[in-house]
Amino acid sequence: MMTDTDVAAQAPGASTPGGGTTPPATGGVRGRRRPPAWAGPAAVLAVALSLPFSTLHVPGLFEGALNSPPTLHLIAFCLVLGGLATSYDLLYGRVGLLSFGHSLYFACGAYTAALLMRVVELPLLWSALVAVVGGTLLSLVLGAVSLRVNGIALAMVTLAFAQAGSILISRDPGRLTGGEEGLSLNTAMVPDAFVGVADTVNLYWVAVAYAAVSVGVVWWLTTSPVGRVWQGIRANEQRVAVLGVNPYPYKLTAFTVGGGLASLGGVVYLLVVGGVTPTITTAEFTLTLLVMVALGGAGTRWGPLLGAALYTYADHRLLQLGGSEAFTELPAWIAAPLSQPLFILGTLFVLMVFFFPGGLVALPGRVRSALRDRKDVRK
Amino acid sequence: MSTVILLVITGLGLGALYFLIASGLSLIFGLMDVLNFAHGAFLAIGAYGTWWAAEYLPGAGPDGFGFLLAVAFGVAAGTLAATLVELCVIRPLYGRHREQILATVGLSLAVPALIQAVWGADPLTFPKPALVSGAASVLGVHIPKDRFLLILAAVVVFAALWLFNSRTRYGLIVRAGVQNRAMVTALGIDVRRSFTLVFAIGGAAAALAGALGGLYFGVVTPTQGLSLLIFAFIVVVIGGTTSLTGCAIASVTVGLIQQFANYYTVAGLGDIAVVIVLALVLLTRQGGLTAKKSAERVA
Repeated sequence: MMTDTDVAAQAPGASTPGGGTTPPATGGVRGRRRPPAWAGPAAVLAVALSLPFSTLHVPGLFEGALNSPPTLHLIAFCLVLGGLATSYDLLYGRVGLLSFGHSLYFACGAYTAALLMRVVELPLLWSALVAVVGGTLLSLVLGAVSLRVNGIALAMVTLAFAQAGSILISRDPGRLTGGEEGLSLNTAMVPDAFVGVADTVNLYWVAVAYAAVSVGVVWWLTTSPVGRVWQGIRANEQRVAVLGVNPYPYKLTAFTVGGGLASLGGVVYLLVVGGVTPTITTAEFTLTLLVMVALGGAGTRWGPLLGAALYTYADHRLLQLGGSEAFTELPAWIAAPLSQPLFILGTLFVLMVFFFPGGLVALPGRVRSALRDRKDVRK
Repeated sequence: MSTVILLVITGLGLGALYFLIASGLSLIFGLMDVLNFAHGAFLAIGAYGTWWAAEYLPGAGPDGFGFLLAVAFGVAAGTLAATLVELCVIRPLYGRHREQILATVGLSLAVPALIQAVWGADPLTFPKPALVSGAASVLGVHIPKDRFLLILAAVVVFAALWLFNSRTRYGLIVRAGVQNRAMVTALGIDVRRSFTLVFAIGGAAAALAGALGGLYFGVVTPTQGLSLLIFAFIVVVIGGTTSLTGCAIASVTVGLIQQFANYYTVAGLGDIAVVIVLALVLLTRQGGLTAKKSAERVA
């Protein structure tokens, strides 16, 4: 049932073999000579790597200098969620699988690592390794079961599995998972470089590395032959099957890789935040991931990263603004809803679905094509 | 034995709650292919509407006839919200299922946040009329009376929906639309008009579930809807979308499994047992929910 909408939108671009590295959703085609393909990522990485050495003040956006610990911490948090959203986009945007259980693998990574460090007192590196392998295996097994169904049924099944995980964690079996309070990072098992406030910059490096790995793996896979099949599945799964390719192993690959990247993200999240609470296990968390991906632009190179970073930043700042003085002077009936970031973000998101389908990344292309008085590239 | 009776009746009560939510979901999904995440929001609106009316609405109150009025107010609020959502959000996105889901996801985040902004995140004590507070004795077992109210409400809703489906012209169109929407349109009937109707019915049932859920849990919270919604999704997957009876049977099954497993094993395992049942259904009867659609795909 999902396919018929996608076919209409995507079939012409996606059915050509080797339909280029940029998916059709990125919008306008540039006519003039373009810089080499590695220039964009390299520039972004260069900016990301130079941030901790910059003492620039960005008034209004960040409170301290760019390399002050709170700012770096916020950016690191944005990057972790950006990497996570990219791994979710592998399922949602690249293959067209509507999974609502992505939080499970993220939480699996975070909780497994936290528990191993706490209970077994395994060092960070080993805990991380076990957590990522565990999360990948979990996504392989659950993916094998849930991918037997398609479309909306898949959405519900993955949602149900994630809910089971969420209940398990919040019920606190054997006083292991800490229930509603969650677990804090056992700092004795973590190298000293990741512990103090002054070492925030090291956490920032880890977050940058995770975002780069996540984005890199997703890009690399989508340009590989596997990615071509994914593109085909996204456009029209039936047609792929008729061509003699069984879509199931390809979908399972995407599910497993996405789950593995998410559990790696969980470990990084644990390090950056210094603990883990059951909020990251809930269905709501997956829904916010979906919002992030759709906000930035599903199935695009930068979309999920951008969307997640913006969403996380807005969530953080709106919460601060909600408590500020200028805010309390507003009448209560305006101030109360505006103090709820989720209300603002949810409403914005609904408006965006209406007016900017394709997300932020598609925006320049839409503007350009509107200027050229050409028909919009509808996603 | 007495434990079994208690568990059966509380399980039926929980199943009744699920049925109220899932019946609307399954109607909406069957007819329009919309996975309605905003359903939890309708539930929250119903619950808070009832609570607000019982506190502040003149004539309504926490007891007797006033409570009925409060519930009616909550259900009306939920129905209105559902109708507005259908007209303003879903209707412009017809034929674009993914955008419809995204829009309802946005609503499911925004509405509870709005409710939280107005009434706070803390659980509010829900009024409990004298008639349904306390316990009744059935075969020597003390059972909370509100469970009977839930079961009664679900039976009434089931009967009403069944009559609507089988005895009215609109019900006929809805049933035909679930079976084959294209054919109904080809016969010159505007199915889209019945979309709004189905959404309103679903919203009303969900709001009623919200009000009665407030009785069941004793409190209302802004995010109550989403966790109940997930079990309703499970019910819809197990029961399928083609028949109301399937939905009712699945609701009761899920409610009973949950109660029994929660009592006889560790608390919380019942919720997980339901998920295992869901996995088994999907593995043995491949398709489950989408049985009809996968048959089409093969053909």
